[in-house]
Amino acid sequence: MVLIRDLAVQGAQMLLVLLLAPLFTGLVRKAKARLLRRRGPPLIQVYRDLIRLTRKDVVLAESASWLFRVIPYLVFAATWVAASLVPTFRTGLLFSWSADLIAIIALLGSARFFLALAGLDVGTSFGGIGSSREVMIASLAEPAMIMIVFTLALVAGSTQLSTIAAFLSSSNVGLRASLGLALIALIMVAIAENGRIPIDNPATHLELTMVHEAMVLEYSGRHLALIELAASLKLILYVSLIACLFAPWGITSGDATPQALAVGIAAYVGKLAVGGFLLALFETSIAKMRVFRVPEFLGAALMLGLLATLLLFVSGSF
Amino acid sequence: MHTLDFDVAHVLAGALVLVSFLELYQDRLYSLLNVYAVHALVLAASVAWQAYIQDAPHLYVTAMIALVFKALIIPVVLHRMIVKLGIHREIEKVVGVGSAMLAGMGLVALSMVVMLRVTQQAGPLAQEDLAFALSVVLLGLLMMVTRRNAVSQVVGFMSLENGLVLAATGAKGMPLVVEISVAFSILIAFIVIGIFLFRIRERFDTVDMQVIDTFRGEHR
Repeated sequence: MVLIRDLAVQGAQMLLVLLLAPLFTGLVRKAKARLLRRRGPPLIQVYRDLIRLTRKDVVLAESASWLFRVIPYLVFAATWVAASLVPTFRTGLLFSWSADLIAIIALLGSARFFLALAGLDVGTSFGGIGSSREVMIASLAEPAMIMIVFTLALVAGSTQLSTIAAFLSSSNVGLRASLGLALIALIMVAIAENGRIPIDNPATHLELTMVHEAMVLEYSGRHLALIELAASLKLILYVSLIACLFAPWGITSGDATPQALAVGIAAYVGKLAVGGFLLALFETSIAKMRVFRVPEFLGAALMLGLLATLLLFVSGSF
Repeated sequence: MHTLDFDVAHVLAGALVLVSFLELYQDRLYSLLNVYAVHALVLAASVAWQAYIQDAPHLYVTAMIALVFKALIIPVVLHRMIVKLGIHREIEKVVGVGSAMLAGMGLVALSMVVMLRVTQQAGPLAQEDLAFALSVVLLGLLMMVTRRNAVSQVVGFMSLENGLVLAATGAKGMPLVVEISVAFSILIAFIVIGIFLFRIRERFDTVDMQVIDTFRGEHR
């Protein structure tokens, strides 16, 4: 009985993330448009786009191999599994005991690896540029992410997300300088990983500066729909990760009553709304960075993560 | 375990170190000055919190001095100055942001190791405050070493002084006279440096220290 209920909660969480992901992307777009005093597309435009794409035929390049056709499914599956591991409204999910933060990073890393392969597969120059840039960004963002994980693991004594969230929401831990450093580093990594504005512009096409859009330029139809959905999932994953680690209020744990679960879901949706608005605000207030500045940006994230770990090592009370 | 007093003081001091790193990261003069204003603002908050938890009303005066002079007047004056000098859009060639920040990390680690060992008799609050203050001082020095532009060297000097004030307020029983005299000596140093900047500029048509080194016949 307990197992069935746990499975139901885990399934509800997976579905919730999947259903909210396009809405969240739509919310960020809408907020950005409103901040620029445009009206912007309606919130459900992303769903419409996805449905439209699934109805269309797939156009494949002549030089595309089997890998090119398989990769959208691989990318989507890896991202969805990673997103279902992050506790959104309830800690102690069934899946989270089988995989920790490092597994999430590995899943996202393999998704990115396949996407970079897909960019190279057809042999167009745009795909090659996109893949090479994506891999450059990833090679700097992943070490920074690992340092952040180390910091959190040292504070909480575990790399299990549920344990960390439960520990951070308890009164055992106060305000800590190393946690603040880790938060800023995590935000920088999240911006880089999702290709948001100072690193990459998610709204451009056919421009020399783009990264993610260049890689997926050859995709169409249902393949493109899956890749877009995976990108939305990745964005919501990072926002949920930041919310569950650094703002773990309202997450229910243990034997939860339906009311507590409802409160948890409401708190989660509220956090997403705040996160989306802050992201849109940040993106409208900053200009895109030159590609050659990206290593400095991510290098700073890496150093902040390193500094946070260092503070923890030098003195226990940091 | 940890009280709120300790936590807030700790986070404010940590934020000061973080803003010092942000100063190292900036390579445009305009944004550097903005970050310096934030630095002074965090310092003022930190000093005010120390005044509250130590129950030392004279520290509020120090906090006000930091707020009015350092966070408002000096950044505004420097903003005007760089506009007048015509260098407000200048992009500075730093010694590589990455290597400067790496050196900064080493300095922070050094000051943690040294200060936490040396000040073991002091309470945990003063201990961490001093460790963070030494990091801010060292980061200010690093800033002065790695920059070529005279204005950003001045900013490095001012943030070094912020670190000194943080250290002074962390230690209990610093007389107000000393603090005020430190604040005013800094202000006078600032004025002198400002006059010097214009003199250098009149003479050499630049405030780039590299040019002045070559002019003196020093080859690197």
